[in-house]
Formats: sequence, C-alpha cells, structure tokens
Amino acid sequence: MNISVNGEKTRVDDNLTLAALIDGMTLEGTRYAVEVNEELIPRSQHAEHLLHEGDAVEIVQAIGGG
Amino acid sequence: MSDKDTFSVAGREFSSRLLVGTGKYKDMDETRAAIDTSGAEIVTIAVRRTNIGQNSDEPNILDVLPPEKFTILPNTAGCYDQKTAVRTCRLARELLDGHNLVKLEVLGDEKTLFPDVMATLKAAEELIKDGFDIMVYTNDDPIIARELEDMGCAAVMPLAAPIGSGLGVRNPLNIRTIVENAKVPILVDAGVGTASDAAVAMELGCDGVLMNTAIAAAQDPVLMASAMKKAIQAGREAFLAGRMPAKRFASASSPMEGLFF
Repeated sequence: MNISVNGEKTRVDDNLTLAALIDGMTLEGTRYAVEVNEELIPRSQHAEHLLHEGDAVEIVQAIGGG
Repeated sequence: MSDKDTFSVAGREFSSRLLVGTGKYKDMDETRAAIDTSGAEIVTIAVRRTNIGQNSDEPNILDVLPPEKFTILPNTAGCYDQKTAVRTCRLARELLDGHNLVKLEVLGDEKTLFPDVMATLKAAEELIKDGFDIMVYTNDDPIIARELEDMGCAAVMPLAAPIGSGLGVRNPLNIRTIVENAKVPILVDAGVGTASDAAVAMELGCDGVLMNTAIAAAQDPVLMASAMKKAIQAGREAFLAGRMPAKRFASASSPMEGLFF
C-alpha cells in the first residue's frame, strides 16, 4: 500500500503496524512522537496501530527554537 | 536581596528570571555554552520533522539540554492556526513523556510575526481543557492579557517588539499596566535587543524575560548571555528597590547648610 512519511510518499507492506514502520528507521534511543492523519498516536499504541492505504505519518523531534 | 526571590509558573518554582530560546545558534556547542552562561532554567524548543535515516549521529537538542536538568518549554513557533498549535503541543507532550508545560504562540502574519489573538484565545481554551499548562505569547494589550489570565493561562507573555527585531520595549506603559493587573507571572517575550532592554522590562515589574535572537545573533553570544543574566538581575533589583521619582529640575546632593563661602 502507499502511505506518506514526513511528506515523502512510500510503498510499504499491507497490514504494517506503526511500530514495524518505525523499527526500520534507526530511531532507537531518540525522543520522537508520531501522528497519523494529524492525530497523535501514543507510544503505547504503536504496536497495535495498523496503517492503512493513504495514511499520512509524521514523526517529529525536538529541535532548537525560540 | 534574599536568595529566595523566586517566581512560580503552574506550581513549578524558578530562581532564574531569564528564559532563553535555543534557535539560531551556530552549533550545539555554542548553544550549550550560551545557555549555561545565561543561567536559564527554562529553555524553549521547537517541534519539527525527524530527519529519517540522515545524520543519525547528530546530537539532539535534548541531549545537550537534558530535561532532567532544564525545564523544557516546547513552543508552537511557526503555527499560524489553532489546529497546528494544538497538534504541536500534543506531540511535544508525547515527546517529553507527559510534560504538560508549553509555550503557545499562534502567529498572524509573516512580516510582523504578531500574534493572531483570536486564534490564540481559541487554542488556549482547547489546550487548557486538554490539561496543558500554558505560557502564552500575546501582544501588549492589557485587555487580552487579562482575558488570557481569566481563562486559566499559567503565564502571560506580551511582546516587547516584533520577534527577532531587537527593538526593545516599545510600549512600556502597556507592559506596566499588564503587570499591575495580573496575578499570574508576566514575562516579556520577544523583541529584546540588548541588555538595557532586558533591564527595562524587569524595572517595569515583569517576572521574567524570554529571549532568543538577542543572545544567539550577538557577535559573541556567550558574552551576551552573561550580559543578559546581569541585566535581568539588575532590573529586578531596581524594581524591588523602588526607583526615585523622576523630576524635571535639579536637586543638589550636598546639603546647603554649613556653606562657608
């Protein structure tokens, strides 16, 4: 299926969970937060959250700012 | 002056009245050095997309400024509507393991970066209902400041001048009125250019000043951080000391009595 991750279109396996998507991204040990279709998905739900065709995933971090 | 001249925001107590942003620095080393020198306890951060797979060794701002040591104040900088501001705050809370103190700013215009006050009020209401403690960026309007306090904002932060302008406190009378009306902390946020601007804000009775560009864009940011720390302390002490009344004409410092000429 096709989804987008941080604005980039990407093709992934059907029935992929959010946790499985993030697993391949070398984000271990970093602080991040995730939205799907503009809704926050708490960390505790990543393992069971199934992604769907057309989902827009945003993975964000803290950066320097005023 | 007593060591216990602290202020508190939403039940958290702070002794440094200088709050600093972490943007626009040359690199993480300069960020760390400037912020350490400033003595700030509250530091703002922004929330942006993670660079997936790129620069994974690059230090993160939260490695340089660990949340165990600093009070991290996520900021909704760059948000021009209620929805993105609320989304940003929720992401920040998740990012920081439930930390619910945020700086809300909803901007109205790219040229001035003045706040969109109507959207700010709506976003504040939604975030307070959702359990956030809000330090809110607003204009120097005493009526809006009172409204934000009444709806439950933890601190109100009127601008001194446009963000990043370095113009100093443009409307000291309004800032004073906002301070006099308020029961929550009032902090000047944005527009400070140099140390005397920070001292002016504190002499007006503000509880603190939040700045970023004034330090980061100085030719020597670490030295400016030191200057700002002193200016905040000097301004605070001058406010507490109670300044002499200003007079139009002279008043001699030496007594006239005992003149021998």
